Amino acid sequence: MSQIPALIPTLLLLAALLSLLAGLKSQRAGYFLALMGAGASFLVSVLGLVEVVSSGQAIRYAMGGWIPPIGIEFVLDHLAAYMTTLITFIGVVVFIYAPRSLHFESPGKATFAYPSMALLIAGLAGMTLTGDVFNLYVFLEIAALAAYALLAIGERGGPFATLRYLLIGAAGGGFYLLGVGFLYFSAGTLNMADLSGLLPELMENRAVMTAAALMVVGLALKMALFPMHFWMPDVYHNAPTVAAGLIAPIMTKVSAYAIIRLFLDVFPPGFFTETLPITATIGWLSAAGILYGSILAIAQHDYRRMLAYSSVGQIAYVGLGIGLANPIGLIGGLLHIVNHALMKGLLFLIGGAVRLRTGVTRIPDMKGLGRSMPWTMYAFVIGILGMVGIPPTAGFFSKFYLLLGAVEAGAWIWFAVIIVSSLLSAVYFFRVTEMIFRDPGEDPAETSREEGGEKDETTPDQPQGDPPASMFIPIAILAAGVILVGVFNFVIISALLERVVAPLGG
Amino acid sequence: MTIEFFAGRYPYILIAVLMGIGLYGMTMKRNLLKKIIGMTIFQTSIYLFFIQGANKSGATIPVYLEELGTEPTQYMNPLPQVIVLTAIVVGVAITGVALALLLLTYKRYGSLDEEVILRRMRESG
Amino acid sequence: MDQLLNWAPLLAILVSALAAVAIPLTGERNRNLRETWTILASILKFGLVASMIPGVLAGQRYGVELLEIAPGIELALRVDPAGLLFAMSASFLWILTSFYAIGYMRGGKERKQSRFFSMLAVCLSATIGICFSANLLTFVLFYEILSVATYPLVIHAGSEKAYRIGRQYLVYAITAGIALVGGIALIYGVTGTLDFVPGGFLDAGAGAPMLWTIFILFAIGFGVKAGVMPLQSWLPNAMIAPTPVSALLHAVAVVKAGVFGFVRLVGYVFGPELFGDMGAAIVLATFAGATIVLASLIAMTKDDLKARLAYSTVGHLSYIVLGIALLVPQAMLGAAFHMVTHAAMKITLFFCAGAIYIHTGKKKVSQLDGIGRQMPITMAAFGVGAVGLAGVPLVGGFVSKWYLAAGSVDAELLIFLGVLLVSGLLNAAYLVPIVTRAFFRSSEEHPRFGEASIFMVGPIVVTMLLSLLLGIHPDGIFGFFSVAEAIVESVTGVSFSGGG
Repeated sequence: MSQIPALIPTLLLLAALLSLLAGLKSQRAGYFLALMGAGASFLVSVLGLVEVVSSGQAIRYAMGGWIPPIGIEFVLDHLAAYMTTLITFIGVVVFIYAPRSLHFESPGKATFAYPSMALLIAGLAGMTLTGDVFNLYVFLEIAALAAYALLAIGERGGPFATLRYLLIGAAGGGFYLLGVGFLYFSAGTLNMADLSGLLPELMENRAVMTAAALMVVGLALKMALFPMHFWMPDVYHNAPTVAAGLIAPIMTKVSAYAIIRLFLDVFPPGFFTETLPITATIGWLSAAGILYGSILAIAQHDYRRMLAYSSVGQIAYVGLGIGLANPIGLIGGLLHIVNHALMKGLLFLIGGAVRLRTGVTRIPDMKGLGRSMPWTMYAFVIGILGMVGIPPTAGFFSKFYLLLGAVEAGAWIWFAVIIVSSLLSAVYFFRVTEMIFRDPGEDPAETSREEGGEKDETTPDQPQGDPPASMFIPIAILAAGVILVGVFNFVIISALLERVVAPLGG
Repeated sequence: MTIEFFAGRYPYILIAVLMGIGLYGMTMKRNLLKKIIGMTIFQTSIYLFFIQGANKSGATIPVYLEELGTEPTQYMNPLPQVIVLTAIVVGVAITGVALALLLLTYKRYGSLDEEVILRRMRESG
Repeated sequence: MDQLLNWAPLLAILVSALAAVAIPLTGERNRNLRETWTILASILKFGLVASMIPGVLAGQRYGVELLEIAPGIELALRVDPAGLLFAMSASFLWILTSFYAIGYMRGGKERKQSRFFSMLAVCLSATIGICFSANLLTFVLFYEILSVATYPLVIHAGSEKAYRIGRQYLVYAITAGIALVGGIALIYGVTGTLDFVPGGFLDAGAGAPMLWTIFILFAIGFGVKAGVMPLQSWLPNAMIAPTPVSALLHAVAVVKAGVFGFVRLVGYVFGPELFGDMGAAIVLATFAGATIVLASLIAMTKDDLKARLAYSTVGHLSYIVLGIALLVPQAMLGAAFHMVTHAAMKITLFFCAGAIYIHTGKKKVSQLDGIGRQMPITMAAFGVGAVGLAGVPLVGGFVSKWYLAAGSVDAELLIFLGVLLVSGLLNAAYLVPIVTRAFFRSSEEHPRFGEASIFMVGPIVVTMLLSLLLGIHPDGIFGFFSVAEAIVESVTGVSFSGGG
């Protein structure tokens, strides 16, 4: 049992390595190994989750037998269990989806895509599990490197967009590392538990403040917090569905997770809220980001660009939860991590399925999909309802808790922002819904056909209708998840999240 | 006073200057290769920061010596150096990937100038 | 027995949800089986609702708590007189609408009939859910489902105009929903509870700015659906939907959900006392009064029959809102009863309008000269509904208006008595001429007798008889009047012993 924290990333790292080696011989074997790794790590995560919840204790594992704080420690506590289960779950779902999608979108590149995917998931799981601030940096960069590789196999503009993303990512990573340096030279340790014991005495230390600021800025860049989001639309626009389906749902969230971890468990209570106004700053930037993302999403004609701008807004809900810095608000933010992962994953995967069947990526071309791909579009409607926040989908509840948090904090402007943004997201998402349920024959004089430039070079060679089972099953799982998480959200909150936000004194 | 201030901190000031140069290159240069060079300068400045932080005057490298015993003041702090080693590995990997992406971009658009590439992207769709 | 009845509200919700799944699965291939699901579900639903009447009148509160959906908030159902009254009228009229819709949809050879019947069933599930919600969060959950499920029905025609109206509808509905969610968050922040309590659970300690913010958010949230001016403009446009939708949803279920929201808000959240003390009651009453007069005036200018009826609906919904806002027992009783009588009368009128359209293709009032000779039963029913809305005795509308008028006297707000009288005249002025021109003007066009199909005429006759019965013997069927009395008793504590 006690090896669980180490086992999750190790299984994935191993799978990545074996998958690459096997994949050179046989792509099928490579895929199989990577899928097994992801599946096994998901099972182990679930085991760990059950163990943590039932015992109420964190599971700690000292790497290589070195006792912390000398050695690196892996900790599976409530928050980490929550995150790793999500990460590996999305990982498995996208893995099931991947073969058909990659075969269609990036033929011949699948051999290298599978190990990259496993590596990406490993990096993200490592980030959530590690109890060491420098180790977190290493996993952050592992995940980032795997992401660059995955993104680069996308469309024509892929490498260029990825390179720009890489520069941002390197800067973000650099700032974080610099912050780690300041922290180490002030406190003399890198272990999170150790730091949380030492830092209360160093509250007024300028180097510690610098460290906190640098680490948060670095992570905020990675999280795509407004106004550090500018890399995202181009990246998602050119990414293969599989990459976007992993990165949009979980990668930005894990950076948000890291900020929450620093806020709750590393720096002393009150440091992020009073000593340095970090949470308030994140909150205001998030409020701006929510409006900005929603408004720009309305203006987009490309489906994936719309989703990217929507992500700028949605990740900011998590940021708003951090900004509120009270238990119920942060619960809303944390819950939104899972909600948005499911919803955005769902919408990206549906986008890939639509592309496979029809070659369409522009919203005005999506007419008539309701007829040709009915089940996919029912799933789409569920995703949309979640994004807009219609009960009983998951999206409703995270927004509801954020609103409660805003009431508690007396943050009326943020309260208004959440309300307005729900309207805005209703506008851009129902626009798509209206389009897909129109009959294709209705008004042919729509402008986009002639523009046409953004259409795929690859023409669909597939029969019409709902996508093949290997793509539809992941979509169905995520759609069901959007509703189930909504209905049973309180189970998650009472079992996990209430423990997580305990440091806030709820 | 001023001289003493600088004398005590000049390595940090140099590191800060280096970091500034790196960030300038990453953000202001239009040429993608220069951006990558800026990135490596930025990363190097961080390595130097760690190394300087671990420095103690009069101490030697953290390898056990009979005559110095286990007195910690006699050795430099080994942990930051380990961190730097790891960070260098990460940095090399990032630079490698960046250069690979640069090559791909150059092959597709025939230029390293960001503006030119953006224009060509728009033209070709 | 009582133990079993605790599950009745849940089953009443689920039965139409199941039908909503069964309908598209059966599909166009077997239309008769598909329609059987609708009919079966509607009859079962009404049976389940009706089975609770004696118990609720005896003071029983059936209900279940399903699961905790937020800290301290259960997804909970509880049947009280207010919810029961609304559920009774909605579920009974759904039976009739089901038959009528079959005649209408087949007669008009409409497209996407499976989607239509399925969504209608979802709407009814949501409506009953609204009726039986035990707390605000459950209420909003069903309220939002109702908003979204109505959208496919509004855009049913599939024309560019329908989509445009659908967008407008959604903007209104989503705005309303979000305003509600905001209001609920505020209430929860202030009180830590969301359970409906007869007589209210908010207290003045929250402070006037907070109470007013809550009131305004809720007024937007419910006012949109209840068509209180200036939030009414979606409703006449939504008449682009097929007539059964206009009849059941936009005269009964959806719009009354908004009105019912006001009932809950005033009677079970603020409580009449606080609502009056803070001054919100008079504001709401003023808006409602203005809506009553303006809507009646606008109705007169409309030549499109359904548009005229829609504005009439806007006006009559505000009768109910006015009755609630007057806060006196008599007015509340009138308001509660008007929920039922207006439903019966207005659905009759819409059914007639739909029958005329399907049978003759006529949509405009000016085309109806002499149609009474062709469709005498339909137009006779229309006449009953028309005079009923104007408040003529022996039709249900008279009874509810009587209590509303008595209430405005009780409340010492005679201006609203004036509003009621004027609007009664206006109602007569815009509805009765339709009947007279149908019977007494001649036209060469309508040579021979010919009614619409039995599926449509049957429900028309039943709703007409219902309107009459409610006027002649208000408590005669299903104890509508007793339930209305029970609502007022539970909210105000005033007892109407022996019936009105």
